[in-house]
Amino acid sequence: MHIAEGFLPPLHAVAWGAASAPFVVHGVRALTREVKANPESTLLLGASGAFTFVLSALKIPSVTGSCSHPTGTGLGAILFRPPIMAVLGTITLLFQALLLAHGGLTTLGANVFSMAIAGPWAGYAVYRLLRKFDVPLMVTVFFGAFFADLVTYCVTSVQLALAFPDPGSGFLGALAKFGGIFAVTQIPLAVSEGLLTVLVMRLLMQSSKSDLVRLGVAKLTGAGAGARTGNQQEAAV
Amino acid sequence: MSRNAKINTLLLLLVAALAVLPLALGLGEGKEEPFAGADAQAEAAITELKPDYEPWFSPLYEPPSGEVESALFALQAALGAGVLAYYFGVRKGRRQGLAQAERQPAAAQAAATAPEA
Repeated sequence: MHIAEGFLPPLHAVAWGAASAPFVVHGVRALTREVKANPESTLLLGASGAFTFVLSALKIPSVTGSCSHPTGTGLGAILFRPPIMAVLGTITLLFQALLLAHGGLTTLGANVFSMAIAGPWAGYAVYRLLRKFDVPLMVTVFFGAFFADLVTYCVTSVQLALAFPDPGSGFLGALAKFGGIFAVTQIPLAVSEGLLTVLVMRLLMQSSKSDLVRLGVAKLTGAGAGARTGNQQEAAV
Repeated sequence: MSRNAKINTLLLLLVAALAVLPLALGLGEGKEEPFAGADAQAEAAITELKPDYEPWFSPLYEPPSGEVESALFALQAALGAGVLAYYFGVRKGRRQGLAQAERQPAAAQAAATAPEA
């Protein structure tokens, strides 16, 4: 989903930068507030950023015969809400733009919008929606991460189609073309990302249950949680 | 293996299978460059849609070779994996410490009440 350096016309580059900036600024505020209010969150925040670092460095073969990489943004969005992911995602994209020539500074705004804003918000929305319907936690985590990943690549396709409409078939023709390159390739990778996010969430359940309870992801179970909804919560875990 | 560990292993195996199957089934065959990056394909598509488009900015720093680039990607993954491992290590140590602290008073009490040998 990294649009390469210089590959968006200046007007588009500036527009996406302007669209992303408020989200990132708001995210920085949310992040400092979280660290101040809950200093014990710092370690888990680092781990969420680290998850994005690992996953977005792994280029994995897909069914379309090409390679792409997951984004790793679903986990942080579910744990800390999307604004904080806007910051963690931007840091990852900056690292890749500056050191790896992967993505770029002129396309940073567009890439931040797809990977650090649209993806996390979409994944978080799916996660919240499924939780409303009492879907088991790990299933909601899977679909949250799946959609955070997939929507990122759909947004990239839209961004490129807007900038480079097909001379004959216009925006939709170009969208089909870029969607074929990005979105279709991404489906199995989004499944992988969903499974990996479930794996990490399971490990967090074992090691950091109290953090997950504080963040509202997990509910207290067992003694003291109240027998009334105990069964349901067990099932949700 | 505990049930938990079994499920975790199964999850990892599924992810590995999803990555290996496209290679094993040879889904990249017949392509100019099998398993090329989607980002590079998008660049090619742009040049196809708008042949006269010239990138108007170039990266400030570009890894001089594919080897250096893959080293930097590996560094990125290693940094992330290191922080994740540190996190889970700290949490595990904390849990073990707590468990030990809970056991010790009980052990001391048991020793005090035990009949002298």
